[in-house]
Amino acid sequence: MTARAGAADETEKGMSTTKSIPAQQTEEQPTSGENLLEVQDLQVHFPIRQGIVFQRQIGAVRAVDGVSFGVKPGESLGLVGESGCGKSTTGRAVTRLLEPTGGTVRFDGEDITHKKVSSMRTARQNLQMIFQDPYSSLNPRHTVGTIIETPMKLNGINPEQGHKKRAQELLEIVGLNPEHYNRYPNEFSGGQRQRIGIARALALKPKLIVADEPVSALDVSIQAQVVNLLQDLQREFGLAFLFIAHDLAVVRHFSERVAVMYLGKIVEIADRETLYSRPQHPYTHALLSAVPEVDPDGASNRERIRLTGDVPSPINPPSGCRFRTRCWKAQDICASEEPPLVQLLGSAAGHQAACHFPEVKQVVAPEETPSAPASAK
Amino acid sequence: MAIELSPQPVGVNPPSSFLEVRDLRVHFPTEDGLVKSVDGVSFSLEKGQTLGIVGESGSGKSVTSLSLLGLHKGTRAKVSGEVWLDGEELVGMSEAQMRALRGQKVSMIFQDPLSALHPFFSVGAQIAEAYRVHHKASKKEANERAVEMLKRVGIPQPERRAKDYPHQFSGGMRQRAMIAMSLVCDPELLIADEPTTALDVTVQAQILDLIRDLQEEFGSAVIIITHDLGVVAEISDDILVMYGGRRIEYGSVHDVLKSPEHPYTWGLLQSMPHLGGDVNERLNPIQGAPPSLINLPSGCAFNPRCSFKDQVPDGRCTVDRPELLPVLGSDKHIAACHLTGDAKAGIRSATARGTK
Repeated sequence: MTARAGAADETEKGMSTTKSIPAQQTEEQPTSGENLLEVQDLQVHFPIRQGIVFQRQIGAVRAVDGVSFGVKPGESLGLVGESGCGKSTTGRAVTRLLEPTGGTVRFDGEDITHKKVSSMRTARQNLQMIFQDPYSSLNPRHTVGTIIETPMKLNGINPEQGHKKRAQELLEIVGLNPEHYNRYPNEFSGGQRQRIGIARALALKPKLIVADEPVSALDVSIQAQVVNLLQDLQREFGLAFLFIAHDLAVVRHFSERVAVMYLGKIVEIADRETLYSRPQHPYTHALLSAVPEVDPDGASNRERIRLTGDVPSPINPPSGCRFRTRCWKAQDICASEEPPLVQLLGSAAGHQAACHFPEVKQVVAPEETPSAPASAK
Repeated sequence: MAIELSPQPVGVNPPSSFLEVRDLRVHFPTEDGLVKSVDGVSFSLEKGQTLGIVGESGSGKSVTSLSLLGLHKGTRAKVSGEVWLDGEELVGMSEAQMRALRGQKVSMIFQDPLSALHPFFSVGAQIAEAYRVHHKASKKEANERAVEMLKRVGIPQPERRAKDYPHQFSGGMRQRAMIAMSLVCDPELLIADEPTTALDVTVQAQILDLIRDLQEEFGSAVIIITHDLGVVAEISDDILVMYGGRRIEYGSVHDVLKSPEHPYTWGLLQSMPHLGGDVNERLNPIQGAPPSLINLPSGCAFNPRCSFKDQVPDGRCTVDRPELLPVLGSDKHIAACHLTGDAKAGIRSATARGTK
């Protein structure tokens, strides 16, 4: 099995290296081979059709519109943003549950953007997903054992100790009783179901797990249990995570690097320390200041930014900077020119923001920033 | 027991405070046994004040709020105890009397605005209906009132949007429309059941600001039910922590969040990651799962999940249910735990050292 996957790997590699990387890329992602997952200019558009017999496309929901990022082995990248910003769509396009409209997704050195379903199955051995809703993501007619064994059987993996032993081992790893092997999902609570989902994702020993809001459907006290479990697994098995969530505090706790999305685009990406302490994009600022704090005394002396209005429609996003309709700093240039996602001078390594007027606390010559895309090459 | 702090004798004199709940019990008979969703909850609330009710799912917080509105009437639920609102007792009230009160004096913001709004009627018509039920107003007047309310809650172009249907609204706008509907008759008591749980942080902040502004303007009493301690800290004056259908801690926001007295409250506070916290520190979750309401653990309902029960002599935690006792040095802070004040102080300083 693995030999076949390896062969496919090789051919894919050979094919992709002959292709040249598009030159008009504004994002300066390091295109070195060290990234386990590399997403370049990913686009996912959902067509809007009209007509009953002769359907024609009258527009598109641009759910993800040019997103680039990389995830290194063993690293966790957090993806945050409001609902409708395209973070879940990004996750689904990466695992190829959705067909990307444009751009490339490279996983483990292999271009999986438009792989066929059959060959995608082998790639998915290393690329698993944990879903948001632990109630709808488990088949109610299958026992826990069947749920966990199915991925192994489909991929022709026959562990030495047998499928059942391996499934029970996985149940134990995620903190469930191995004797519950024959139970049905309805016999478990939400937190336990999420653990079953995690065990299923681990069954194939993946390298990367896309976790789409893995804890947001759970109670507060259970959330912490699941976050701790994921963290233990990450350390134990050296897993890489694409951690999608809207809870900024959970993302900060779990992910070393965090990307903030707004209306189908990444507006800022940085390591967590930098992003949470020195955000540059106004949207990140607003997002952080909106998080309610438990501290009843400290709550009053935080700077508070209240965004007005709603996220614009992704069918017809604003011209230029997509955040300009809600931004308090917006000027004419924001409507005419789209700010590229670039690293600003004087900011920490890997800290990129897409804004014409970024918040920079340190003194930096602002004249230099427009030339950054050219100079960074 | 919890009742002992509620004024005795039960059932005669109307209280002085605006809202007073005394020993409220809501039990549901089921095939598996009696589900004691709410079991002896008491609290009081003054006008202009906000009470936050915190607890996990299944702790009885939503059932409590529904019984304040009399929404368990006509169901299998067995409701006992008293709810006094402005001198009137609600539990024994007839459905017709209750109907006159609902929407007028007490109103509610539900968690999921998409299922709480009727998909068939325009948003404006639904708000106008709530107004016409309680006021002798023509359709035109009611519609004007609806538009005014939509404007009040910050919906742009209210005249046009009033004619829209709920599915044409975004999540945040639907929640605003719900708030407009619940405020259309200037209620004196507003119950918000997880008003922001389905919303994004930015919209959540807008909605919390809105509730706060409107409360200042109308001077209503607000009960906010949530599992998010951050939300409670932002908006409430007092906090009631519920577990297994009972009160386990009650006090001002400052007291409860700064010096929580119950291990469950500590657990809730410690299990949440903070924006300013240390990322390398492991979260400290509460072990186990919430208890079954049919068969609550004996003694303290929290004892199977409590890490400090061995610090109480003679295993009292599994035998005696702790009473709600006042905490030394504060006026209304009460908690139900067998741990002595010294033991708690010891644990608190130990955990504080651990986090440093």
